Amino acid sequence: MTELPATTQKKLGLVIDLDTCVGCHACVISCKGWNTENYGAPLSDQDAYGADPTGTFLNRVHSYEITPEDGPAQLVHFPKSCLHCEDAPCVTVCPTGASYKRAEDGIVLVNESDCIGCGLCAWACPYGAREMDAAEGVMKKCTLCVDRIYNDNLPEEDREPACVRTCPAGARHFGDLGDPDSAVSQLVEARGGMDLMPEQGTKPVNKYLPPRPKQDRAAETDTRAPQLKPVAEDTKGFFSWLDKALDRLPGGASDPDKGGS
Amino acid sequence: MHPAPSVIVFTSLSGLGFGLLVFLGVGLPPVTGWVALVFYLIAYGLAVGGLLASTFHLGHPERALKAFTQWKTSWLSREAWLSVAALLVMAVHAFAAVFLDSVLTLVGWTGAALSLVTVYSTSMIYAQLKTVPRWNQPLTPVHLLSLSIAGGALLAGQTTLAALLLTLAAAVQVAHWQMGDSALSRSGTDLSTATGLGPGTVRAFEPPHTGTNYLLKEFVHVVGRRHARKLRLIALLFGYGLPVLFLLFPGAGHVLGALAVVSHLAGLVVSRWLFFAEAEHVVGLYYGKRVA
Repeated sequence: MTELPATTQKKLGLVIDLDTCVGCHACVISCKGWNTENYGAPLSDQDAYGADPTGTFLNRVHSYEITPEDGPAQLVHFPKSCLHCEDAPCVTVCPTGASYKRAEDGIVLVNESDCIGCGLCAWACPYGAREMDAAEGVMKKCTLCVDRIYNDNLPEEDREPACVRTCPAGARHFGDLGDPDSAVSQLVEARGGMDLMPEQGTKPVNKYLPPRPKQDRAAETDTRAPQLKPVAEDTKGFFSWLDKALDRLPGGASDPDKGGS
Repeated sequence: MHPAPSVIVFTSLSGLGFGLLVFLGVGLPPVTGWVALVFYLIAYGLAVGGLLASTFHLGHPERALKAFTQWKTSWLSREAWLSVAALLVMAVHAFAAVFLDSVLTLVGWTGAALSLVTVYSTSMIYAQLKTVPRWNQPLTPVHLLSLSIAGGALLAGQTTLAALLLTLAAAVQVAHWQMGDSALSRSGTDLSTATGLGPGTVRAFEPPHTGTNYLLKEFVHVVGRRHARKLRLIALLFGYGLPVLFLLFPGAGHVLGALAVVSHLAGLVVSRWLFFAEAEHVVGLYYGKRVA
């Protein structure tokens, strides 16, 4: 049913560290791999080797350039997938009940055999977390690898979402964000984890850890700058003569501090 | 938003059809027999044709009946129920009028009310979406309802009333555009809140993939501002201006009436195309496609 549960026993979700993510897209690939080979309709590609390739992805990595009010500019890699919102607008708009939020762990799922492919849930999601599969005509979204995390056939260390398991930088963390003592909750607490688009009122479960402020190294450059000035002021030879001769031409002398003339 | 032809046709035609049913239900004009048959064929053709068109954009039309199950939360599901209820109740009214030469007043008024609520539920599918600030405003239902009623009056041959309602709908249309133009910036959602990477400036540096994707195709339709202005004028002229002029023309007969209907339909489709094409979904922010 598309009525949201008032509370969920657990709030399983991801914590994504924007300070650590290196933008390698390994999570994108492992997600596509696992979710193509396992639960539900495969994530299809169209014209994969042609001029205009497109495809379904449940996880995509953007890159942003930020210039803080004080401090140097930074490049931030930004993985984005379903945030498994507590107040998920994608679930309540579904006319068929295909979309639902599980009361036991808060995972938002699509029952593909009930999905009519109207696309309204994707319209209702502010994050672009849902994509209609062009081959199957049903809505695809992150399942938090529900077929891994409870899967007794997998070794225990593999019972976490594929994106988390594969991340070489350790930028992705999985756990119960409803439990204040869990490792992920502690991490959110310590690093000031944040919600995306809080004003949309979706109450996302997934949290993002902001990039740590970078040291401003401009001052260090300044302290070394005097050492970079020419050591010998009384130069000799052909180039010295040429330099002085050019300085005497109309247009003024070159400034050795600024370089060029 | 991607202006999908099936959705434009559906909302335009079914809006007109249910608008006409409202007037037939309350007995404006009070028709029976063959004349009633023609009126009802037009109304049902538009309403049902529109509903059928809407199934063309479904990924799995064969499962469409499942859309009746979630009326508790989903406006789309409510629309399904209300449209079927309106069409069934009005069918009883139509049968009595066409074949029994009798007017069932209570049934007619119930059908008229259901037709109105159907259009309202359609409008709420759009108005409920916080993700599209241009739609997420109280004027959206007013806009779609006023257009439907005005078009219904026009089709029902209510000359004076239609002219009045079209003028009213035009005013609502302009107000909806005005409010819509600043809706995204007033919504408070921008790239800074989308990424949490403020304060300071945030700029989209690189998208996730070199190619396009479902999200960009579905939600990031960019219409040129200059074209939008021209199209708005065309919509106003054909959808509202010319029909009112034709209706107010002294001794306006069936020819001018038909011209008014054709002109209104053309303007309506342009207005509805703009309704989708100009709507900015906030997901575009992640792709640096919205200047809020």
